[in-house]
Amino acid sequence: MSKQFLLDGQPVPFEDGQSILEAARKAGHYIPSLCWHKDFPAHGSCKLCIVKAAGRHVSACATPAKEGWEVESNTPEMNGERRALLQMLFVEGNHFCPSCEKSGSCELQALGYEYEMLTSRFRHFYPDRPVDASHPDVLLDFNRCIFCELCVRASRDVDGKSVFALTGRGINKHLVVNAESGRLADTDFSKDDLAAHICPVGVILHKGPGFAVPIGERTYDAASIRSQKLKEEES
Amino acid sequence: MSPARPPEGARTAAREGGGSPVSAPARKLRVATTSLAGCFGCHMSFLDIDEHLFELVELIEFDRSPLTDIKEVGPCDIGLIEGGVCNAENVHVLRAFRRNCKTLIALGACAVNGGLPAQRNHLPLSECLREVYQFRPGIANGQIPNDPELPLPLDKVRPIHEVVRIDYFLPGCPPSGPAIWKFLTDLIAGRTPRLTGGLLHYD
Repeated sequence: MSKQFLLDGQPVPFEDGQSILEAARKAGHYIPSLCWHKDFPAHGSCKLCIVKAAGRHVSACATPAKEGWEVESNTPEMNGERRALLQMLFVEGNHFCPSCEKSGSCELQALGYEYEMLTSRFRHFYPDRPVDASHPDVLLDFNRCIFCELCVRASRDVDGKSVFALTGRGINKHLVVNAESGRLADTDFSKDDLAAHICPVGVILHKGPGFAVPIGERTYDAASIRSQKLKEEES
Repeated sequence: MSPARPPEGARTAAREGGGSPVSAPARKLRVATTSLAGCFGCHMSFLDIDEHLFELVELIEFDRSPLTDIKEVGPCDIGLIEGGVCNAENVHVLRAFRRNCKTLIALGACAVNGGLPAQRNHLPLSECLREVYQFRPGIANGQIPNDPELPLPLDKVRPIHEVVRIDYFLPGCPPSGPAIWKFLTDLIAGRTPRLTGGLLHYD
């Protein structure tokens, strides 16, 4: 008899050491995430997976499931907090979907739709973040960075290149390229690296044909991020 | 002024009609629209509701709008604002809309988050003006226009909710005709507008 906890009243089985998010996704329940990736340890920075477990707000990706816990996730309260987190992510960077090549396949945008975010609500920062177009195959548009560190982790732990890093603190935190010049062209980054394919938003873009997939056929045009992520989990 | 006021009776009538947009309210709702720092694309999309326009004109009448050419906004039930705020005139128009409209709506990406015009926000304004009016290739003896009739540009383009209180937001570049129709019919029938079934998009 495996252990289980209750997610929004539904029993979810888990194994020791499994996080709330992993167990939930495996059992076919969606808890949203941006910085979480099944092949990497939990990062816990985006906080989109926030749930109420045993009366406390925790990140579902970084909290091991416990026998008998009652976890609230898909509730108006939690979804309202997720919407506020999304709104803060949107005002902190420069997220202009109409001119972004990732539009339609962007996880941040798809979560905005999922949680019916109609406005960014807060005052926009409009930060100045110049793009890096130095690399022959890949463009870096830092305006859209949400600091999930997926590219940092992929480049360091899988590609073995450590091309990216986050630097600065608090509101001054930003993504940098590990080269003396700070330019991507002066690293051994390649378009075939895992780091070149892992960005959930529109920072790391491949040059060449742009806007190749027509509107209507992009990742989240036909199906919501909720159903897409659960389908990925099954396969 | 007064004939444009009471929308409550109209709304109740619409609600009693089963929430259907086709049931004509007792009095037509007065609607004003404008484009601030926008491209009129949202207005074009508004016209994309096609034959629903015939149903709509049974329910509403236009106040200030590019469709009527009325220059000053009067008391209205609904105000639709396209575009962000990029100059002093935009601020005046937006505030006049807020004073006169019971329900004020941000229509489209630029009104919601600044959109394309806000892409100048990371550059100093003077640099933008010099680039366009002085240093652009093919310009001789160029100078930055300073006619007092020209509205002064703001240092940054702002979404309209950063200037006045906004009641509803309808994102999209532009919001599709069906999205605008769904939104307006919800609003006119007295329901909280909600974009479902793929009508919500930011691009």
